[in-house]
This record gives sequence, C-alpha cells and structure tokens, in this order.
Amino acid sequence: MVDAVLNDTGALPQQRTRRRTGLRKAMQRKSTIAFLMALPLILLILLLVLYPALYSIHLATLNKSMERFVGFGNFLFLFKRETFWMVVQQSCIFAITAVVFKAIIGFFVAHAVHNIPAKGQRKWRGMLLVPWVIPPAMSTLAWLWLFDPSYSAFNWVLALFGIGPIPWTGDANWARFSVILVNVWIGAPFFMIMYLAALKSVPEQLYEAAAIDGANFWQRMWFVTLPMMRNIIAITALFSLIVTFANFDIVRILTAGGPIDKTHVFATWSFRVGIEGGDIPLGATVSLFMVPILTIAAIFILRDITKRGNEA
Amino acid sequence: MSATAGNVPGTRSRYGSMSRDRRWALRWSYFFLVLFAIFFLTPPIYMFITSLKTSAEISAATNPWWVYNPTLGNYVELLTSPSYLTYFRNSAIVSIFTVTITMLISVPAAFALSRMRFWGSTTLATGVFLTYLVPETLLFLPLFKMFAVFNDWTGIELINRWWVLLLLYPTLTVPFATWLMIGYFASIPKELDEAALMDGANYRQILTKVFIPVALPGLIAATIFAFTVSWAQFLYPLAFTTSADQLVLPVGIITSLIKGDVFNWGQIMTGALLGAAPPLIIYAFLMDYYIAGLTAGATKG
Repeated sequence: MVDAVLNDTGALPQQRTRRRTGLRKAMQRKSTIAFLMALPLILLILLLVLYPALYSIHLATLNKSMERFVGFGNFLFLFKRETFWMVVQQSCIFAITAVVFKAIIGFFVAHAVHNIPAKGQRKWRGMLLVPWVIPPAMSTLAWLWLFDPSYSAFNWVLALFGIGPIPWTGDANWARFSVILVNVWIGAPFFMIMYLAALKSVPEQLYEAAAIDGANFWQRMWFVTLPMMRNIIAITALFSLIVTFANFDIVRILTAGGPIDKTHVFATWSFRVGIEGGDIPLGATVSLFMVPILTIAAIFILRDITKRGNEA
Repeated sequence: MSATAGNVPGTRSRYGSMSRDRRWALRWSYFFLVLFAIFFLTPPIYMFITSLKTSAEISAATNPWWVYNPTLGNYVELLTSPSYLTYFRNSAIVSIFTVTITMLISVPAAFALSRMRFWGSTTLATGVFLTYLVPETLLFLPLFKMFAVFNDWTGIELINRWWVLLLLYPTLTVPFATWLMIGYFASIPKELDEAALMDGANYRQILTKVFIPVALPGLIAATIFAFTVSWAQFLYPLAFTTSADQLVLPVGIITSLIKGDVFNWGQIMTGALLGAAPPLIIYAFLMDYYIAGLTAGATKG
C-alpha cells in the first residue's frame, strides 16, 4: 500500500490515467460486473451467516462470562446433565415422528386431491394449504387456546363422549403428543403441495399402460407412482427434517419446554439457556448439536439436486 | 410385473370393476378431503369464533364452538389500542423493507450467477443453497453476541431496535429468493439475451428490459416468499427486541396480551387472526404464485 502511494506521488498524471483506463477496462470485463452484482449477496452470506456460524464454535469454547477459554468444558458439562440427554431424545422423537406423519398425511391428501375432478381441485387445494400460510406463531396460539387446561374446546367435545379431560399440555407425554400434532398440522400441507406437484408430473400414459397390464390400485401405486415420486418424496422429507429439527416457534409458544423440561428441543433449550439464562456460550454449545443432523440432511439434498442438475 | 398375470381371468368384468373402482376411489377421496379439511381448518375457524366472544362468554360453561352473543368488541378494542397498532406498523415496515432489500440483493446476484460466470460463481450458487438450509435457531446466539460486541466497539446500539431485524431477516429470505430467481433466469432461453446484446443492450438493460419482465412470475413468487417469512418470523424479534414500542406482531401479541397468568383469549385470538390476515389475503389473491414459489424450491434447480 505504502509504495503504491509513493509511486503515485512520484510519477505523475501519466500513470494515473493509465491506471484509470485499466480500471475501466476491468470494470467492463463481464466477470467483474458479475462479481459486483453478486457482492451484496456474498457480503451478506459471509458476515451474517458464515461468520456467526464459525463464531458460535468459538463461543462454545468459552466460559459463561466469555472471558476464559474452557475448551470442551461446555460439551463435557452438557454430557453430564440429564436435561441435555432428554433434549436430544425429545428433539429426535419430535422431528422424526412429525416428519413421518406429515409425509403420510401429505401423501394421502395429495392423492385425494389428485383423484377428484379437476374442476374442484383448485378449491380444495386452496383450503388445505391454509395452515401453512398462517404464521406459525399465530396458529400455535389458536392451538394453545384449544388445549387450554380449563376451557379446552377439544375436551368439551370429548366430554360429550364421556372421555375425561385430557391434560394436553400438562402431562409430559400428552404435551409431547401435542407439539407433534401442531407441527404435523402446520407442515402436512407443504407435503401435500409438493406431492401434488409430483403427481401431476407423472405421465398419464404410464397409468394407462399399467391399467392395460391389469395392475390394480396398489400395484399402480407401488410400481408407477412411488418410483416416479421418489425424488420429491426424499427431498421434501429432508427439507422438512431440517426445518422440524430446528423448530422453535411451536414448542416455545405451546409448552415453553414444560412440563419440567420434558418437551424442550435443541432450539428452545438453547434459547432458554442462552438468552433467558444469560449463558450464551452454553446456549451456543446446545445449538451446535443440531449441526451433525442438519449436515447429513443437507448433503443428501445437495447430492440429489446436483444429480438432477446433471441429468437435465 | 409377474403379479399382473394372476389378475387376468376376470377379463369380462374388468370394465364394470374399473368404473366401480373409480367410483369408490372418488368416494374415499372426498371422505379424506372432508376429514382433513376439518382437521386443517378447525384452529383458524375456532380463532374466528373466539374473537367474536366477550370475556364473560369465554369463561362461561357453554358450548365453546358456538357464539351466543356475537360482538365486534375485541376488534374495536385492538384496532384502537396504540400498542397493537404499533406492533402492526412495526411488522409492516420491517416486512416491506425486508422485501425491498431482499429483491435488491437477490435479483442482480441471481442474474450474475445464472448468466455471467465469474471465478467461484458455481461454488457461490451452491453456497447460496446451503445458506438457505442453515436454520435461524443456529445463528441467533452468535449474532446476539456479535451485535453486543459491535456495540462495544462502535457505540451503535443494535439490540432492542426494530431495524436490527432488517439486518437479520435478509439472512432468511435472500438465499431462497436468489435460488428461486436463479432457477427462473436459467430457464430463459439464451437466444433472448443474445438478441438483446446484438441490439446493443448492456447488462443493466438486459436485466431490466428482458429478464425481469420475462421472469416476473418468479419475481412475484420470491416477493411473496420474502414477505411471508419476514411477517411470520418469531425467534429473531423475540431474542433481539424487548421494549414494547420495538416489537413486531407475533412477539407483541404474546408478550403484551398475556399479562402474567391472565390470558385474555378473546383479544389474543383477535390479534392473532388480524396478524394472520395479510399473508392470508396475499395467498387468497396470488395463490398460484405462492404455490409456484413453494414448489420451485425443490422441483427446480
């Protein structure tokens, strides 16, 4: 830097003009323009995604006041806590059960929509996607009210059949069921839309050929529909796995992790520890445990996408 | 397909059975649709039912699914309450700015990545997609600490200001919007921009006069996506803003309408319903674009 400035002052306008034309030429080069157009995006990713991601690894090695390096101290501390293992277990149960049910419901509803006459499909599809459109924080509040301990509208209906009041959010197992139910409710429409798009892309001739060969409903499903949809099913499930595993809104609003931390997932517990408990390093450590599963899912998605990119 | 051979004997009854099959399939389809429509629509409908009730009726032991004395009191009260209007205004401002920032960043970037190659551009495209997969729950703590350190260095307070969300929300919207636009731009035939180049257009003109008009559906889908994501975001405002005048809707409803252990359910449901209205209205009018944006994430690319 310094000698550039010295040069500049020493040797004169000539060089300055040469540099300016050089700069202009560089500016006109396609790749430079392209780079400049992508620069805001690059800065955003580097400063607000990549840097914090790496910074959280650094944070995880500090003590609570963030003054002393403790190495793996936070990790070892977590391994000794029973709550942590409960969170691991609950996160896995929550994510896997929710994704499986979302996929099954989405699959059936997509088939149902696909089966009815084309005229009515739009209307039904529009209606069935509503849970996905409402902001999750808002719809979870509606569920919280439906699950209210004393005024639960579900319990009122169940009481008509003589079924006793269910402690939707009060009992650990029911609370686990409730958070999964709400998650399935919000996420199933997304699967429905994806599967419907996939179903529409299966060529009708394949079904005709299968019907001529005498395939029944289940055979058509198994040998035609599923192989044609396999990619979409996989990629939707992986997407959803990532989103569900990192879910925060539903658990936070519905149970806030209770009763006695039984429904905490990684996201809500790291919020509890990091923001509410003021121990940012420990919270960062908790959230880092999401990384392995997210990475595995991301690798599979990426492989699938590049594979299809090559085919196209 | 060895199983098919076994099914052949009933050739004569095939036609009859096929149409009967189809009729049954149709019945089952409608059965499932009605069942799941009830499941999917119960909470929003119950929100609406509750929003029409007075507090007295909510705590009465009557049928919760019916409104005996409908009233618009909750709506009037919320729409004249300064704090609720503040949340609504904050949400609107944050969302509109986020959408603008998102489009300003992602459209040029998508154009550059889909048409003009530069060193590392393919890596960057993959990186954009990976960024989309990074959940906000992984980043909120390091970002919180980063902004605190930033405040120590520069004296600029970022935490507990609504505009800090303008820094945070683009990390959620830009990667997907860029990815979506790359897909749309890539589907535009090369001949189109070559023709424009031949006519002496520069890159800015190609982008504004050719690509943006042609990829308008994608642009609308990305805009809708950015808006709904920033309108619905809950974790960032919950962690980064605390004063009542800086809150956005989802957090505002939860922190201010729930006072201690007292839940004013009539108002909470009204607030949530009004808060859900903007995305629902957009969805009602632009459903096809909404769905295009939804499915493009995985089917394109």
